[in-house]
Amino acid sequence: MAKNTNTWFRENILLGMSPRDYIISNFNFPNLVAAAIVGTAVGVMIYRLLFGLGPSTNLSDNYPWGLWIGFDILVGIALAAPGLALGTAVHLFGMNKYHHFVRPAILSSLLGYIFAVFALMFDLGRYYRIPYLLGWSWGFSSVLFLIGWHFFLYINICLIEWSPALFEWLKLKKLREFFNNLAIWATIFGVIIAGGHQSALGGLYLVAPGKLHPLWYSSLLPVFFLLSAIFAGISMVIVESTITHRLFKRKLVNFNPAEFDRLTIGLAKGAASAMFIYFIMKIFALADSNDWAYLNTPFGYWFLVETLGFVLFPVFLFTSGARNHNAKLVRFAGLLTVLGVILNRLNVSIIAYNWNLPASQKYYPMWSEIALSLGVITMLVLAYRFIVNRMAIMHEHPDYESSH
Amino acid sequence: MGISRRDFLKRTLSLAGATIIGSSTAAHALNTANERNWKLWAKKGEPHYAPLEDRYGVLVDTTLCIGCRRCEWACNEWNKNPNKPIKEFEASAFQKKSVFDTVRRMHAENFTVVNRFISSKDRRPIFVKRQCMHCEEPGCLSACFVDAFRKTKEGSVLYNPSVCIGCRYCMIACPFDVPGYEYNEALNPQVTKCTMCYDRITKEGGVPACVEICPTETLRFGKRSELINLAHARIINNPGKYVDHIYGEHEVGGTSWLYLSAVPFDEIGLRTDIGKTPIPKTSKGFLFGVKMFEIVAAWPLVFGAYYAISKARKIAKVNHETEKKGEGHGEKH
Repeated sequence: MAKNTNTWFRENILLGMSPRDYIISNFNFPNLVAAAIVGTAVGVMIYRLLFGLGPSTNLSDNYPWGLWIGFDILVGIALAAPGLALGTAVHLFGMNKYHHFVRPAILSSLLGYIFAVFALMFDLGRYYRIPYLLGWSWGFSSVLFLIGWHFFLYINICLIEWSPALFEWLKLKKLREFFNNLAIWATIFGVIIAGGHQSALGGLYLVAPGKLHPLWYSSLLPVFFLLSAIFAGISMVIVESTITHRLFKRKLVNFNPAEFDRLTIGLAKGAASAMFIYFIMKIFALADSNDWAYLNTPFGYWFLVETLGFVLFPVFLFTSGARNHNAKLVRFAGLLTVLGVILNRLNVSIIAYNWNLPASQKYYPMWSEIALSLGVITMLVLAYRFIVNRMAIMHEHPDYESSH
Repeated sequence: MGISRRDFLKRTLSLAGATIIGSSTAAHALNTANERNWKLWAKKGEPHYAPLEDRYGVLVDTTLCIGCRRCEWACNEWNKNPNKPIKEFEASAFQKKSVFDTVRRMHAENFTVVNRFISSKDRRPIFVKRQCMHCEEPGCLSACFVDAFRKTKEGSVLYNPSVCIGCRYCMIACPFDVPGYEYNEALNPQVTKCTMCYDRITKEGGVPACVEICPTETLRFGKRSELINLAHARIINNPGKYVDHIYGEHEVGGTSWLYLSAVPFDEIGLRTDIGKTPIPKTSKGFLFGVKMFEIVAAWPLVFGAYYAISKARKIAKVNHETEKKGEGHGEKH
């Protein structure tokens, strides 16, 4: 019996190697770098738990939210939207040719949310009270309440969507069938729930009209966040699939580069449409609140960098790439879009927040805050690699190939 | 069986909490005033959303303030915040280098601060006391995702540390930058703020500690509606002395604390660009929209899914049959 479990462990966890070989195979430079980053982050986490937010961050009463909310939550959740974007495309709009992209997308959403919430635990003053939100004290008038509940629901939805891959790996056929049938329903509710909280993340800042710079503040903030999450999700699929198709090439049977390029270009069309609508709406919001005068200020130039350089420019690149069948250009535009969404979220949460405070009172993240965020991202990448190396994410499981 | 689900949860969670976090006895090392006032309110069993009746308020006439900072001392004293001898507070107005050199804000250990501004009219100093404004419709209350704030029928906005998770969203939502946070507490950090001395004003004839100690009648406690009348009377009876505006009468839907000033309010650190819309109203429409979207959009999506499933089944069936017939492969996506 002991021998049996041992073989199971060897086959499924150690990828068929002996423990010794497995450790040796992992002893390489990228892994050492990852270990150093994660080690530093764990150190910061322990320090934060022992001494509180004061010594471990640059947060203040003027800046109650810093990098751990602005980056880990706002950026993290926007970039964890691939599951929303592709789940909708494939399951609701019946774009079945993107079916191969769905599992990686759902996995990145699942891990994105789990690690975002994990990072959040270090930002909350009384993290151990988080169950209060679900079952004890309900603040129905709060946008954050909506977000908290939606995160909880969405992680469960992603778990259901991802679980067929898990049960294929564990060779539990019945459970796999059960959850596979449940997956479409999970996707449906996932679209509603994800749409709700992606917009709510923008809605968080509706209560701060006096603090967020007028160029970024708008009653349309929730719509902006939702739309940008959609094109961020699509762009993340473009970027991620480019990376994973390179790194996990051996996992791909019958890989057809021309077909892959064609699908990538198809994604570009979706992203470009969403981005163009977003751009037009931004201009309308600007005109509606008559904030043109702010454009000729330092914050205005920064706003133009964001909206022209990281929204309108990638739209042109996507369009040109789609017209000329240039997948490389599309991939570059995808990367630029992702960077643009990161910039937008940091602008709203940190840079353009409390814009009228003098520079000396502004918030700059402490090294420990950056270290923790980097560490959590590294953990996410390691978890992603661990799962992709073992489960049928990039390819179809040989036992279930035709049953999708 | 007299134990409610809430109580049961409370006990289980606090037990679990005490086990995991062994040193929870060190709770509230810094501030106790907010908790004390909350408990006082909770004991009365008043409804959560008290009616908007004639609440109390304080009128601050900034033309009368001499900057003695006794109100800061009295506030610290009453709320058991870290304090210094009263002489050190009084001395600030006469020192060359003093706390007045920078504009301060409220923090976890001081619920009120007096700031100095220089008048654009006659170059003389104007002292302005700041504290929680006790909004009629508080932004912190609507922002809190565990419902830890209350607006009492007296007018106080109270905070409940015993449910607070420490997300600090109330601090984002406050248009007056009032709540402070105990950043140096590792285990039980709280948000802290002025309670308008709820424990004093609920007693017969009681006034807030700062009002009681004020030597110049800068601060005046009373019914909010009467204070507004009084303020209007002062503006009318002293032509040219005041700006014709009561700060707090309509700002973010009205506040319990009201200010009079001889110079425009943005010159004395009171923001005039925050509008008249109560902060809760800024997100109310959105929350309604999301809920409607989720309820309305759910149905077409569910039917769409059902349609998609039955279609997929049909295709699978056809494929299955073609596979059976010959050697042809079923169409793989």
